[in-house]
Amino acid sequence: MTGLEFPLALFLLANLVVTLLAAARGPTPADRMLMALILGTTGTGILVLLATSLRVGPLVDVALVLALLAAIGGLAFAKRAWQGEGDD
Amino acid sequence: MIEWASGILLVFGAVFYTAGTAGLLRFPDVYSRLHALTKADNLGLGCVLLGLALQAESLAAGLKLILIWPLAMIASAGVSYAIARHADRFGIKPWRSEDA
Repeated sequence: MTGLEFPLALFLLANLVVTLLAAARGPTPADRMLMALILGTTGTGILVLLATSLRVGPLVDVALVLALLAAIGGLAFAKRAWQGEGDD
Repeated sequence: MIEWASGILLVFGAVFYTAGTAGLLRFPDVYSRLHALTKADNLGLGCVLLGLALQAESLAAGLKLILIWPLAMIASAGVSYAIARHADRFGIKPWRSEDA
């Protein structure tokens, strides 16, 4: 516990909000799908930081699930959902 | 000493996360944005996880934290490959410097 964990978690959350705005801008569906990838990495980072700073151990399991879901969601999007042409 | 090493790794992780965000905002096409996210963000996650694993109470807890990293790397490698291949098949052209 260095006291850095909670501020860093907030900082990563701010990063996540900025990338959300960038993803909303588009312009292709793939750019929006990048949000799922970002949730897989930044979201996992936020959760493990919170698990240490709040001393809630099970949050690490939640982080694992989030990393897995990001993978499955991204693959499902690429294989199934994205059937249209490039720009929408 | 361990607290210092952990704090430094955590800050390094945050710097790499910020680099990934900057790349997403600044890069011109979907391929280079994928590049920024999958590499910089995963390095950030690795630094954060290593920093937290240094302060874990037990070996098992630390190993569990570190094991999230390969999982995230495999996930982002697979997803970025699928997205990039699909984008290429749909005819999204990679950005070239003469487009600027």
